[in-house]
Amino acid sequence: MALDKSEVEKVAHLARLHISDAEVEEVTNRITDILVLIDQMQSVDTDAVEPLAHPLDAVQRLRVDVVTETNLRDELQSLAPHSQDGFYLVPKVLE
Amino acid sequence: MEWETVIGLEVHVQLSTHSKLFSGSATKFGAAPNTQANIYDLALPGTLPVLNKAALAMAVRFGVAIGAEISKRSVFDRKNYFYPDLPKGYQVSQLDYPIVGKGSLTVALEDGTEKVIGITRAHMEEDAGKSLHQEFPGMSGIDLNRAGTPLLEIVSEPDIRSAKEAVAYLKKLHAIIRYLDISDGNMAQGSMRCDANVSIRPVGTTEFGNRAEIKNINSFRFVEKAINYEIQRQQGVIEDGGRVVQETRLYDADKNETRSMRSKEVANDYRYFPEPDLLPIVIDDAFIDSIRAELPELPDAKKARFCREYGLSEYDAGVLVSTREMADYYEVVAKQSGDTKLAANWVTVELQGLLNKNNWEINDSPIQADRLATLISRIQDNTISGKLAKTVFETMIEDSAGVDAIIKEKGLQQVTDAGAIEKLVDEVIANNQAQVAQYRAGKEKVFGFFVGQAMKASKGKANPAQLNQLLKEKLK
Amino acid sequence: MIDKTVAELSVALAAGDISSVELTQAYLDRIARYNDDLNAFITVCEESALDQAKAADLARANGDTSPLLGIPLAHKDIFCTKGITTTCGSRMLQNFVSPYDATVVERFSAAGTVMLGKTNMDEFAMGSSNETSFFGPVRNPWDLSRVPGGSSGGSAAAVAADLCAMATGTDTGGSIRQPAAFCGITGFKPSYGRVSRWGMIAFASSLDQAGSLSKSAEDAALMMNVMAGLDSKDSTSVDTEAVDYSATLNDSLEGLRIGIPKQHFAEGLSAEVESAIRTALLEYEKLGAKVKEISLPNNHLSVSAYYVVAPAEASANLSRYDGVRYGYRCENPVDLEDMYKRTRSEGFGDEVKRRIMVGTYALSAGFYDAYYRKAQKIRRLVKNDFTNAFKEVDVVIGPTSPHTAFELGANSDPVAMYLEDIYTIAVNLAGLPAISIPAGSANGLPIGMHIVAGDFEEAKLLNVAHQFQRQTDWHLSKPTTLGMGA
Repeated sequence: MALDKSEVEKVAHLARLHISDAEVEEVTNRITDILVLIDQMQSVDTDAVEPLAHPLDAVQRLRVDVVTETNLRDELQSLAPHSQDGFYLVPKVLE
Repeated sequence: MEWETVIGLEVHVQLSTHSKLFSGSATKFGAAPNTQANIYDLALPGTLPVLNKAALAMAVRFGVAIGAEISKRSVFDRKNYFYPDLPKGYQVSQLDYPIVGKGSLTVALEDGTEKVIGITRAHMEEDAGKSLHQEFPGMSGIDLNRAGTPLLEIVSEPDIRSAKEAVAYLKKLHAIIRYLDISDGNMAQGSMRCDANVSIRPVGTTEFGNRAEIKNINSFRFVEKAINYEIQRQQGVIEDGGRVVQETRLYDADKNETRSMRSKEVANDYRYFPEPDLLPIVIDDAFIDSIRAELPELPDAKKARFCREYGLSEYDAGVLVSTREMADYYEVVAKQSGDTKLAANWVTVELQGLLNKNNWEINDSPIQADRLATLISRIQDNTISGKLAKTVFETMIEDSAGVDAIIKEKGLQQVTDAGAIEKLVDEVIANNQAQVAQYRAGKEKVFGFFVGQAMKASKGKANPAQLNQLLKEKLK
Repeated sequence: MIDKTVAELSVALAAGDISSVELTQAYLDRIARYNDDLNAFITVCEESALDQAKAADLARANGDTSPLLGIPLAHKDIFCTKGITTTCGSRMLQNFVSPYDATVVERFSAAGTVMLGKTNMDEFAMGSSNETSFFGPVRNPWDLSRVPGGSSGGSAAAVAADLCAMATGTDTGGSIRQPAAFCGITGFKPSYGRVSRWGMIAFASSLDQAGSLSKSAEDAALMMNVMAGLDSKDSTSVDTEAVDYSATLNDSLEGLRIGIPKQHFAEGLSAEVESAIRTALLEYEKLGAKVKEISLPNNHLSVSAYYVVAPAEASANLSRYDGVRYGYRCENPVDLEDMYKRTRSEGFGDEVKRRIMVGTYALSAGFYDAYYRKAQKIRRLVKNDFTNAFKEVDVVIGPTSPHTAFELGANSDPVAMYLEDIYTIAVNLAGLPAISIPAGSANGLPIGMHIVAGDFEEAKLLNVAHQFQRQTDWHLSKPTTLGMGA
């Protein structure tokens, strides 16, 4: 399936990636090549095939409802690019 | 043109587990920012989710309670979008295989009729954190304490036709989750949140109009106001020749209006896919049966029983079962006092009035069920009259002393001594000969005058039945 | 001593022929001398390694006889290590000091091993040559102008060049096995779910699996004895009975049924690799095994399906790198959107961004059925191929890679690079255990043989690999660079 630049830009926005005007053609071509590889799948009829989401034929284990965690805010927040008064700070979110 | 409103509600209920849906962090409300967010909640690289059994059990409990289909196999999906309060960049939710399938709720409407509202599904998902927009200049502060708190999202069918029906549905839902003890249902704290899908269409048509999804409604009162505002707005748009736009709108309680959330994604594309860090949740009949076996008596069943066992009216029973606490309170009063109807009267009128006046929950009431039961017993055994009992009740609000002590201290015991009452009656007859003559001449209405005079003389304490009987005899 | 296998070092340490401190210092010296040539390590932990070695020697003096006590190892920089920078080969995590240990790291610590450092890798494990690392490419010790394979290229090069006794790796589409083949060592990928993924930075959650890079299958068994097992922190970790992987290494292969997939001996396979593998199969026949041709009819679709499933999962797994709570954030963002986009565009390299784009596209509205759902169906077919094969044979053997290690920069086309993993990818889609062991050489470069077994048949797989290594010495041959073999 061929891809046009506007689709690439739309996808880049969904993925929150910035693609400069200079890059967009190169990126479009590369992704188009990958889609050609992927499209080989379409050669097989899979109508009767059940999708396999996970290799494990197992079911979810459950955790007992107990609080096991302690407050590690200061240690964990030391990893943050920008924090203040216990909050993580980001450029203002517009409603 | 006559319009019909079509409403579907999406209610998010915070499940009252101790720990989060996928991590061992605490879920207490009101903790200092980011003190209840562990490495999974913060989406640190390499961290993984493990499902909380209690959250699953609560979701099933809800499904069983509303008679819904329970999925023996359900699946978590990732819902992808970027927002600073969503640490992983995706919310773990359930799309195609929710834990609870179709069910329904029966709600009582104001006109006394009942209506069945369909429930499409209910699924488990994790809550997001909170963003604070005012505290930091040019910045938003992110608190991830709430991130990962288990939610049950309950989606109704578009069966609701008015704001009042929406409120009735919500109140019923609220009662059920409280009865089931799966959430505190506190709307002000956000543990029950409601989004309303509202559209209108000409009466008699069956197609749906374009709908607006109204978010951020955080009280029963606002649900009604927000929906009514939105109905008016949509009618205005159409009658002015416009079209209703399918969009998300935010309810502003201060201004009582809904407004378009333009800044929300033009077109959301959530790219759902099965969450590979979790496996399918498979439950068996034994699990479901064990939850069913532990279900408490629910409002409808309790109401029917109150009518049957206690001889209450539908209305009184309905009021009494509106919360589990109220129903429990009533049952204590009814059983201890032995007079189920009088108990219902006192709980629905005097007690309810007291709670409403002070904006109290029943657990805040300074008059506990056993004290109210004693008070009613004192009416029953003629210690006090019903009228003076109200005085005692007023005193009990401030005074935690025993009912009998209050009656005694205030000297409110009813006079039942036949001699004392006879003396009163004789005096009233002696002092009011003109009225006696009228009565004996056949003017029976004057009888009330004698009762009033005698009561007054007894300071309201004479036993009314004895007084009546004696007066009748003496006036013959 | 540093060129010995873990099994040999274990004996030497137990006998007191050498102390862990001496051994650790010897590796650290070699790292100091040759890491600049190889670029195999991103972080070297000299001080803590010597502390751990001292502790191991002390524990031994106090009677501890754990088999891996005092053995120096390296962890792929995809495993979170408490207090130590964990980069995943990315600028995004260049300065990320993990506040916790991965379960794999914890288990090796508990076994008394010594961590020398963190090895280089393709960024977020996305690559087959180790050229996508933010920290520069790793070089192949057999020929420094060639790639070591990827994504666990640093671990493979470090083991091959005797910079450590053993190393951990991860394998999403061949990321342990292909670098093991290129570097002439033993690379083992257990069944999906056998080893905990807790603390292992996710690339594609339903495919990622931790494993080992070592000098022999016997060493791989020793490592598995430590790594494998249920972890309550990983919902996809499997609850199976504990296995002693060393116990069955010497079982007889008499009557072993080996399947060779005709699709793995077809167009695209280099003549010298084919010849080496066919010669190796003769060794197995000498051991009493029976070789027959089998078919994996959907194998050719595994790369296509993989490049939907892996990027789709990755696109979500990598959304958390947003510059808010840890990791890289761009300078002076003008608004939230700018922060997201520049942080992610500057923090991720081209290959990672490409895969995020492909994955996002494959999951987007209107394409889900044609791509993601279709890929899941192909995944089923690929798994069924193996299920059918294992009705007839006990293991499946073929080449690990179509050719030997290529020159740095030779594969500039992403699709050509993706096809490097044509023989290994299907195994990840199916969740099976597989191993690559040295089985020949061409022009001075090692050739890897790929052995696949059924679900949770790790012990059988290691037995089959070990028996080959008892008959041959390909796994003992060493590069001649970096002061080795001289």
